[in-house]
Amino acid sequence: MILLPCPYCGPRNASEFRYIGEQGERPDPNQAAPSAWRSYLYVQSNEAGWVIETWWHASGCRRYLIVERETVTNEVRAVRPPAAPPRHRLLDQAEETQGQSS
Amino acid sequence: MRHRHRSLPRYSAFDLVRHGVSGSRWPSVWQARDLQPSYDVVVVGGGVHGLATAYYLAHHHGITNVAVLEKSYLGSGASGRNTAIIRSNYLTPEGVRFYDRSLKLYQALAADLNFNVMFSRRGHLTLAHNDSSLRTMRWRAEVNKLEGIESEVIAPNEIKELVGHLDTSGRARYPILGALYHPPGGTIRHDAVVWGYARAANALGVHLHQYTEVIGIDVGGDRVVGVQTNRGPIATSVVVNCTAGWSSLISKMAGVEMPIKTFPLQAAVTEPVRPFLHAVVVSGTLHVYVSQTDRGELVFGASVDPFPSYSMRGSLEFTEGVAGHLLELMPSLANMRVLRQWAGLCDVTPDFSPIMGVTPITGFYVDVGWGTYGFKAAPVAGEAIAQMIATKKTPTLIASFDLARFSEGRLMAEKGAAAVGH
Repeated sequence: MILLPCPYCGPRNASEFRYIGEQGERPDPNQAAPSAWRSYLYVQSNEAGWVIETWWHASGCRRYLIVERETVTNEVRAVRPPAAPPRHRLLDQAEETQGQSS
Repeated sequence: MRHRHRSLPRYSAFDLVRHGVSGSRWPSVWQARDLQPSYDVVVVGGGVHGLATAYYLAHHHGITNVAVLEKSYLGSGASGRNTAIIRSNYLTPEGVRFYDRSLKLYQALAADLNFNVMFSRRGHLTLAHNDSSLRTMRWRAEVNKLEGIESEVIAPNEIKELVGHLDTSGRARYPILGALYHPPGGTIRHDAVVWGYARAANALGVHLHQYTEVIGIDVGGDRVVGVQTNRGPIATSVVVNCTAGWSSLISKMAGVEMPIKTFPLQAAVTEPVRPFLHAVVVSGTLHVYVSQTDRGELVFGASVDPFPSYSMRGSLEFTEGVAGHLLELMPSLANMRVLRQWAGLCDVTPDFSPIMGVTPITGFYVDVGWGTYGFKAAPVAGEAIAQMIATKKTPTLIASFDLARFSEGRLMAEKGAAAVGH
């Protein structure tokens, strides 16, 4: 992989991007057992094959992107924006409280 | 504990002359043997770690019904791709003690194995270009001295005396403010370590199986019962994962998840020139380390690639980047030509420390997560894992490097001395 096709900027050199990590479900910090939280922090699939990852176009549009990449050949199959923007749980709580008061 | 290798032919100066005069062929140093249906211990990975483990199992503990399985040829992975630097000036007391034992074993290895591993004590310099690295180096020097390791912070004029080609002028883009000087650090011939351990282990009865790939690990209940290979199944109650690059995938075969990401690490070598660089020079700020081999080539490397991958292709970005940084340190190397570059795979853990010891599966041991510092630890890791298998107890030296530290929140703080430092 030398070029990463950014959906906003077009094909750009991979060095413009920063690797963030494999996509993983974030457990609820209030509910998760310590072991579940630590495996969320430390354990990755580290697959030799196709993986779905988050990358950040640090020197371009500065947006977060979902990248499907083959880790042995570094072939890239798809780059797309995340389905929904990441939300902060406090934001959710604030909306819930608002809903209750009205 | 120390007994002579029974069937091992001894090398001597007389032998060298005799073979030189007669032109007769040297005997093969190890023999291919038939794959047996069962072994007491199966070691996965025929690199320095796997071979050292097998050797110490046989030599120190008399456990000789051992197979080493290697999916390619011996030493084809990280053992043949590293930059062969050894040192023990780490940051945590546990790390310092552990790597110091390794350095001592390496120093005596040629005599122990009767095989020239070309150990070369060079002096190891880690340069500081800013106040924060200087502060970490003072800290490291104090920890090192408390553990009895030769290690001190030296000034630019003292650095210039050791390595005349370094730009210590203060006019450089990243001026050299000082260095951590570690006289016992040096280099060793990495292939010779592989061959020496293989030869000695083979002579003690260990079976070395090249081109034998593990494709599955059989677990019954919570115990290991065997391994599946491309050459057939093997029954065993003890499996040791000594792989690098593929260690998380091998562990997954036994159902053990590892906190590991695999990154390529690139290195390159120049054409040979007359000896001018005695010490090993490392710069964490500039992400480069360099040493001169006995043949006269400069071997240099950087930190791992910026994203995880199993690809072992070199990149122009690496060569450009590392060459630029090297020239900032030693401008006089501008006309040196690069002969070749290569990459090896590094299994990086969240705390830049290895994972050694037991796993939730009884009989499945790991000696993995060696990041960019595996070669320098091979003898001590092999010795400790062998002791662990023989005595069924975790040696104190490696107790803090266990897999459970990640779930129990006992991470090692070794990043400051291991992330780029070589």
